[in-house]
Amino acid sequence: MANLKRKKILRTVNLVLAIGLISYVIVAGLTKTLPYQNPNLDQTSRSVFYHVPMWFAMMAMGYTSVVYSIMFLRKGNPRADVKAREAGRLTIFFGLLGLLTGIAWSRVTWAEGLPNTDPAAWWPWDPKQTSALIVVLIYCGYFVLRRSFDEENQRARIASIYNIFAAASIYPLFYVVPKALGGLHPNTGDKGSAIIDMSPEIYSVFWPGVIGMVCLAAWILDVRARMAVVNHEINELQYENA
Amino acid sequence: MRFWREVGGLIQKELQLEWKQKYAIYGLGLYAITMVLVVSLGLQRSLPMQAWNVIFWIILLFISVNAVAKSFMGESPGQLLYLYNLAGPRAIITAKLIYNCLLMAAIAMLTLLFYVWLAAGAGIAAPGQYCVAVIIGSWTFAANLTLVSAIAARAQNKSTLLAVLSFPLVVPQMLVSISVSGKAILGQPWSDMVGELGFSISFIVIIAAVSVILFPYIWRE
Repeated sequence: MANLKRKKILRTVNLVLAIGLISYVIVAGLTKTLPYQNPNLDQTSRSVFYHVPMWFAMMAMGYTSVVYSIMFLRKGNPRADVKAREAGRLTIFFGLLGLLTGIAWSRVTWAEGLPNTDPAAWWPWDPKQTSALIVVLIYCGYFVLRRSFDEENQRARIASIYNIFAAASIYPLFYVVPKALGGLHPNTGDKGSAIIDMSPEIYSVFWPGVIGMVCLAAWILDVRARMAVVNHEINELQYENA
Repeated sequence: MRFWREVGGLIQKELQLEWKQKYAIYGLGLYAITMVLVVSLGLQRSLPMQAWNVIFWIILLFISVNAVAKSFMGESPGQLLYLYNLAGPRAIITAKLIYNCLLMAAIAMLTLLFYVWLAAGAGIAAPGQYCVAVIIGSWTFAANLTLVSAIAARAQNKSTLLAVLSFPLVVPQMLVSISVSGKAILGQPWSDMVGELGFSISFIVIIAAVSVILFPYIWRE
């Protein structure tokens, strides 16, 4: 009982944080006066409050999915696999959101703003952008793999193995390849990290945005996973009664 | 000690089987020469060297998917069951990884030979460095594809699944290989390439270790 009560408190805190912080970021992110950075970025730097937190949420969901896959392989609890699956789905969801917002932003600041770039390009082939696309593709592959098994336990096991293997093979590269190849994002090539040299006006909105978006993702994950478990139990009851 | 004896025996078995069937040598050799021919005739030798380099890696990617796919899909369920009775799962995956690395290095060299002869030989300023970059790059393919082919072999639509699962994994590593071999074409010194090559080798070690840890779960039924 005490455990259930603690979970309830955690869920409430999580939801309040998600709604509160995201509302704050929507208002403050659009109305705050920002320090002038350069003519290219100017007012578009407000995207940093929405676009970057989506990536944090995506990576958080990706790692969550891998952790649940490891838990499934160790303990064999089907609920862990359900959570890994839902977290994988949210990785694709936040990945697509991040890609869409990133494409819009890149069109204005990079394609139209920078010299020597095609002003009509919707995809600037930046390594970070491309690696985000690769994560989305990996999770699409994960769902294709899930669909090619009929037997539940085997599906969960093989999909978990692929999830862990893909993470081990891809995630380390995200910290090395953009640095090595160079690109347009901050923290690629010789460029420093934008998060470290952020001015106080920006990080006072940016970090609440990150926390709020991750809490929102955690809330959706929790609701969807609980729904999936309930659906599964209903199916089994119907199966037993039939 | 027993583990490495098992691994040695399994690699010997793969090599003897290959020598008897000559599948890889003839089949994949033909595959390689056909792709090189089509590319070089179709493009009429009108590309800059860096573009040839990228095309070489794409050819190598398709060849390696075909070569490594055979490692688990080519064997019948009965054969695999017999293997599992003889040796532990860790020994099986280690042997497959080492054998695939040997096979890929040999096939990559063969493809490179055709490529240099027919398509784009004259432009490589540092051939020795290019060969090393190609061998290490082909090992990254082998390391990634071995476990993925074991995963795909368990499912129904095997060959499509192998491509869907493995291409996103291979692409980032391929970009590193392309950048290293591009430096070899320009004839840059070893010191410019050591960082990326070392990164590729540590990547291969990580992938191999994860494969050895995860394979027993695939095998368990």
